[in-house]
Order: sequence, then C-alpha cells, then structure tokens
Amino acid sequence: MDNTNEPETQMLVDAPEDLQVVAFRLGKEEYAVNILHVQEINRLLNITRVPRTEKYIKGVVNLRGNIVPVINLHTRFGLLPDGDPEDRRIIVFHFDELKVGVIVDEVSEVLHIKAGDIEETTKVYDSAHAEHIKGVAKVDERLLILLDLKKTFE
Amino acid sequence: MKMDMSQYLDVFLEESKEHLENLNQKLLELEKHPTDVSALNEIFRSAHTLKGMSSTMGFEDLADLTHHMEDILSDLKEGMLAASPPVVDALFRSFDRIQSMIENIERGIGGDSDNRDLIGILNGIKQGHMEAAAVVEAVLPEPENHVLQHSQDIGDLGLNEYDMAVLNEAINAHMRVVSIKVEIDRECLMKTVRAYMVFRSLEEEGEVVKTIPSAQEIDEGKFDSSFRVLLITGSDPGEVCRNLNNISEIQVSECEELHPDSLSVCAPIPVLKESEGLSGEPEAHDQKKGVKSKQTVRVDIERLDNLMNLVGELVMHKGRLEQIGVNRKIVELDETIEQIDRISTDLQAVVMKVRMVPVEQVFNRFPRMVRDLAKELNKEVDFIIEGKETELDRTVIDEIGDPLIHLLRNAIDHGIESSQERVVRGKPVKGTVKLRARHEGNNVYIEVEDDGGGIHTEQVLQKAIEKGLIDAKEAENLTWEETAALLFHSGFSTAYAITEISGRGVGLDVVKNKIESLSGEIFVDSRPEQGTRFRIKLPLTLAIIQALIISVQDEIYAIPLSSVDETTMISSQDIKLIQNQEVIMLRGTVLPLYRLASQLDIPAAQESDIDDIYVVIVRKGERQIGLVVDTLIGQQEIVIKSLGRLFLGIPGIAGAIVAGDGNVRLILDVATLF
Repeated sequence: MDNTNEPETQMLVDAPEDLQVVAFRLGKEEYAVNILHVQEINRLLNITRVPRTEKYIKGVVNLRGNIVPVINLHTRFGLLPDGDPEDRRIIVFHFDELKVGVIVDEVSEVLHIKAGDIEETTKVYDSAHAEHIKGVAKVDERLLILLDLKKTFE
Repeated sequence: MKMDMSQYLDVFLEESKEHLENLNQKLLELEKHPTDVSALNEIFRSAHTLKGMSSTMGFEDLADLTHHMEDILSDLKEGMLAASPPVVDALFRSFDRIQSMIENIERGIGGDSDNRDLIGILNGIKQGHMEAAAVVEAVLPEPENHVLQHSQDIGDLGLNEYDMAVLNEAINAHMRVVSIKVEIDRECLMKTVRAYMVFRSLEEEGEVVKTIPSAQEIDEGKFDSSFRVLLITGSDPGEVCRNLNNISEIQVSECEELHPDSLSVCAPIPVLKESEGLSGEPEAHDQKKGVKSKQTVRVDIERLDNLMNLVGELVMHKGRLEQIGVNRKIVELDETIEQIDRISTDLQAVVMKVRMVPVEQVFNRFPRMVRDLAKELNKEVDFIIEGKETELDRTVIDEIGDPLIHLLRNAIDHGIESSQERVVRGKPVKGTVKLRARHEGNNVYIEVEDDGGGIHTEQVLQKAIEKGLIDAKEAENLTWEETAALLFHSGFSTAYAITEISGRGVGLDVVKNKIESLSGEIFVDSRPEQGTRFRIKLPLTLAIIQALIISVQDEIYAIPLSSVDETTMISSQDIKLIQNQEVIMLRGTVLPLYRLASQLDIPAAQESDIDDIYVVIVRKGERQIGLVVDTLIGQQEIVIKSLGRLFLGIPGIAGAIVAGDGNVRLILDVATLF
C-alpha cells in the first residue's frame, strides 16, 4: 500500500498516541489490531471442533504444544468469507495472558496510524457490534476498523 | 583461617533435614519400645552425624547441644540409663530445638541459640545416673595422653567411653575400624582445605569417629603437618587410603585396621595385624549403603512441566517422521525412527516418574504431631501408618498435607474418646488411629481411620438444624450419605474452628474443597461407638491418565479409563425403548443408552443401519450408562492439557490432548456429559 507521502521521521519516531497495527481483512471489511497484541500469524492449522460452545467458536488448535482457541469473527460479526482461501490465516492474539486465534481472510500489512486519524466509533458507526470497536482509522482512502480485543473475546 | 562454607550450606541443610526426620522417627520408635537397640543406634548415628556436620560448618551452639544429646544417648546404649518418659521427652525437646535452629540457619538468621536450659536438663539426667555409674568410671582411667608419639598406639587417640561405644557398635555390625595418619605437604599453603578434602573423601567411605587433633582444631588450622583419624567403614582400608592419596599434596603415612580386642579405653595396647574376623563381609557393605542418605536435587515443578511439554512435542514429531517413513518407504529412516521411538518412550516414562514421590514425605510429619496432640489431650493413641511407599504426583503430594492434618486432628480430638470412656465402653484403653495409603488402578486411596466414638447421626442433624442448613422435617428423611454430606457443608464445620486443636479455622468443607481441587473425592463411613473412616480417592497424577480413544464420524475423543467399565458390541435389535429412552440389557441389567453423536451435536453423515454397534459402558457415580460410538481406536496414556479460560466448565469436556499427528483431541468428562 502507498505510504510514501508520510514523512520519514514520523515513521520512525512514534508520538505516544500513534499506533502501530496489523491490518487484516474479514469479508470485505478491513480491520486492525495493535501490533503489541499480535503474537504470530499462522496458516490454517487443523482445527478441532469443541462441542457445546458458541457458534462463533471455531475450535482449538495445537500451537507448539499449547492449546489455543480459534474464533470465527465472520460468524460473530455476520460477515461472509471472501477472497482466495489460500490467503486465509489465523492471527494469534495475546492479551491478559489469554491467547486466542482469529481466522481472517487475508493479512494485509503492518501500518502506523496517527492518533489524529482515528475517529470515535459513535460518530461514524452505529450497529449491534459497535461495542467491539475502538474507532475507525482513516489511512489514505481506506477505512480501518480498530478492534477492541478485550470486548470481542469477553 | 576459616574456610568459606557457604557453598556447602545447602548440602548441610538438606542432609541435616534428612537426619532430623530420621531422628524424629526413631525417637518415636524408641518411645514405643524403650529397649529397641536398633532405633537407639540409628538415633545415635544421626545425632552424631549432625554434630559432626554442624561443627564443621561452624554452628557451635548446634554442635554443643547435639553433643550433650549424644552423651545421654551413649548412656542409653550402654544400658546405664533407661529410656524413661522424662529422658525421651528431654530428647524430643532437644530435637525440637535443633530443628528450630536449623530452620533459623536456613532463613539466614544464623544458628546461634542459648541452649543452657536444655543442656542443664540433659546434664541433670546424665548426673542423675552418673552417681550410680561412678563405680564403673573409677576403674577406667581418664584419658590424658594427647601427644602423638607412637602412632601404633591406639591409646594415642584418646578414646573415651562414647567413642568406644561407637566403635564396638561398628564392629558388631561387621564394619572395619581403620586408623589413618595423613601427612600434608609442608609446602602446602592451604592445609585446612586439604584436610577438608580428606574428610569429605573419608565421609564417602564411612564415618570419622575421632581425629587428633580435634576436628575443630584441624578446621582452624591448628595442627602441624599431620593428623590422625579413626574411620569406621565397610570398604577395604587399602582402597580408602589409595583414594586419599589421590588428593594432591597429601600423603597417607599409616593406614591400619584395628582389631576389636585393641579397642579398649585408653589401654596402651599395640595395634594388631589384620584380623580374620573382620575381613569385610558383604553385608557390611549393604548396611553402609542403607545408612547413606539418598542424593536428591530440588527442581522447580515448572521446569518439569516444561520438560514434559517438550517430550510431548518430541513424541508428536516422531509420529510425523513415522508417517514420512511409511509414505516414502525409506528403510534406513524406518530403522532410525524405531530407535527414536524407543528412546522417546523411555524418556516419557522417566519424566513421568520424576514427578512421582512417595507419600512418605508427607506421612513422616504425622507421628510426631499425633504424639504431641495425644499428650496434650491426655489420650492414649496408637498411630499406625501403612503403605507410605505409595507414590503420588508431586503436585498432589504438596497439597495433601493440610487436609490430612485436619482429618488426623479430628480423629484424635473428636474421634478417640478419653481413656475412662473407652474403659466404660469395653474398648482397649489405647485408641488406634490408622493412616493408610494404597494404590488401586489409576487412583491412590488414603484413609484416616479411628476406633473412636464415631459420628452420631442425631447430633449431626441437630447441629445442621441449628445452623439452618436443613429443617427438622427434612432431617427425618435423610440417608446416611446425605447426612455425611452435611459434615462437609461450609456452614456446618464452623463449630470445629472454635476448639484450638482441630481448629486453625478450617473445617471439613475446606478439606473437601482441597481434595476436589485435586480431582479427588472424599467419603466418610462411620459406626457409632466403633469408629470413623475418612477415605480420600486421588488420581495418581493430575497430568497423565489412561484413556480409551474412540471416534464418532470423523471426530476423535478420549474417555478416561477410570470412568470406563467395559466395552461391548451390540446389534441394533438389542436396543429397546422405554418411554422414548433407548436402553440395552447388559447381563440382566437395564442400562440407558446415549448416542455420543447426538450428545455432542456431531453432524450425522448418514443414518447408518450397520448392525454392529460399539458401546462403551461408562460409570457416572453409581449408575452405568451405555455410550454409542462408531469405532474403538484403542487405549493410550495421555497427557492432559487445559483448554484454557475461554472454555472453562463446558459440560462433558474435561480437557484436551495433543495427539500423535499434532491434532488436538478432547477428553470427555462422563460425570457432566449427560
């Protein structure tokens, strides 16, 4: 993606409010999560279904001997999978000593977002899932939805 | 010059704890059987080693106290003193003091302590009998000769009565007594270090009973260039000396085995040649080995868990290699994989074993506690421990101590009646409390049993009504199980907290919670006037279980073998319906039948009308239930992993495993499945 019009210095030195995020695609929408919460990105592993759980819980995978739950945010947010199945990945997030994998349609890139480019959710977005969203970031012509992981996985 | 001993402190602490434990046990034995010579010998040996170690480490107060203890002990051994209750009590009190001193050393406070009170008591005991023994003393001249002149002269060693006692005991046990003279190179700068190495080396071979000059003087470098030691050993004297000569800058100038006859107090008798009676019999060796304490290393349990994880990973990748070998048909690879297979299987077994420890570690704390408690309450209690070699997972062992203490306290405080009451009821005056551990299948059972008054149902019910747990009407219809369950109710046991003995503010509810947190169960049986028995059922380990692996459609599950009674094959005609519930007859019993596929919402591929239906008969409490599965894959030892916070408390799912192919499989929990 095109970031060349950003001044060099700002790329290197983050202002405290600036964010570095991992951007990914769910359906046709683009989401982003603070890079500090991303542990790793994996190809789709064999997922074992866990019965008697919520529909959006896809199951569990073995991540080097650790059992990690995998969540299907498509189901949760009512989106349809989109794009080449080959591009599908599991992003493993970690926060509060909890590890959770999320299936995404494509991992796009790592981005810097300036605090000023983030809009409060309530101004632009009003839906049933608004509570999962911290805000919407404008990067050039793109709109990135900033996920609030804590709320999403609660 | 003082050597830096800090690096030996850990060894000292570890070993002294072992000796303390030994002392404690043997003192209890001695109290029970005042004439038990072997117990006395053990006590003596432990006390003596403790003394030696503490003086080497420079804990003078500790060495001094153990020395005075030893005086009494040697008198006991000589038969000059009887192991009467006041004497044993004094020994117990000294033991307690030693223990607290060692604890202080461990905490880094240091080993200083004013022991004059105890030493006074010990001396009093010693004096009390000394008058009687004075006649004997008078005959034997006091050792005066401390100068090393004639090295052949056993009298040079200035043996006193207590040394003699040790030597005689050793000879009776077919050990060898060797007198060794060590010369240290005059050029040597660190005499004490060399001396210390000599002692370390000798202690591996046996026990140093005497040194000239004294151990302390050698320690402080107060010797010229040679010193003498008297060693009790099971090894060949020549071998011992050869080993010593391997230490640089020292030379063994004399090495002689002493004949029993030469061992009299300070009698200047020349050393005799090797005596035939002493030439090392094989059992002498064994005996020494038995005495030598086990070498142990303390390891953080987390590291073991890590190790376990890694071994699991290894096994998993081995599985993948096997798959490659099969697909590519490479013979050489197959052979290598076979080797790896063997090694990884062994490795897994070893890692699992490492986590297992005998319950002894916990049980050994109890006899003393029971004794003190019984004394305090003025009750007579016989405490019997059985099966202390039973092994349990480390994590379980660490947690099981407190609940057991509570049950034992209960048994003595509330269970065993006072002596008068027991006589009235026609029971033996002495009450019996049994602590039993045994291995059964995948479980370990620990029982605490007393022959006391038992639990009176009416009293329990009355108290439960008082506490508002049940009302009077409910109380009438309660079965024994339901009544017993009240005992474990959190609202019930508060009454226990009031008494100081079984108190510490915990009740049976805490015991129950603890046991359940260890995936265990607790049961209670009781007969009024006859006694009470608490039975704790614990899993052998929390980490590894045997499981039956089954499949339904293309999903694979593990069922813990502990809840599987049997597997069987039925045909579809065997299935009957009772009120729309499928049932089968198994040897005359009607069992409800559940289909795992529908229990777990596994999408059905097609309605299969295959005639052979596999049924796993599982046990849920007292009930048997048939579980229909597609195939039985086999039995396997599995390493349980947690599913994590997100999946806490899913009914029917107990955890997960990582299978050989790297996929996750779920473990079914029969208790919550239906």
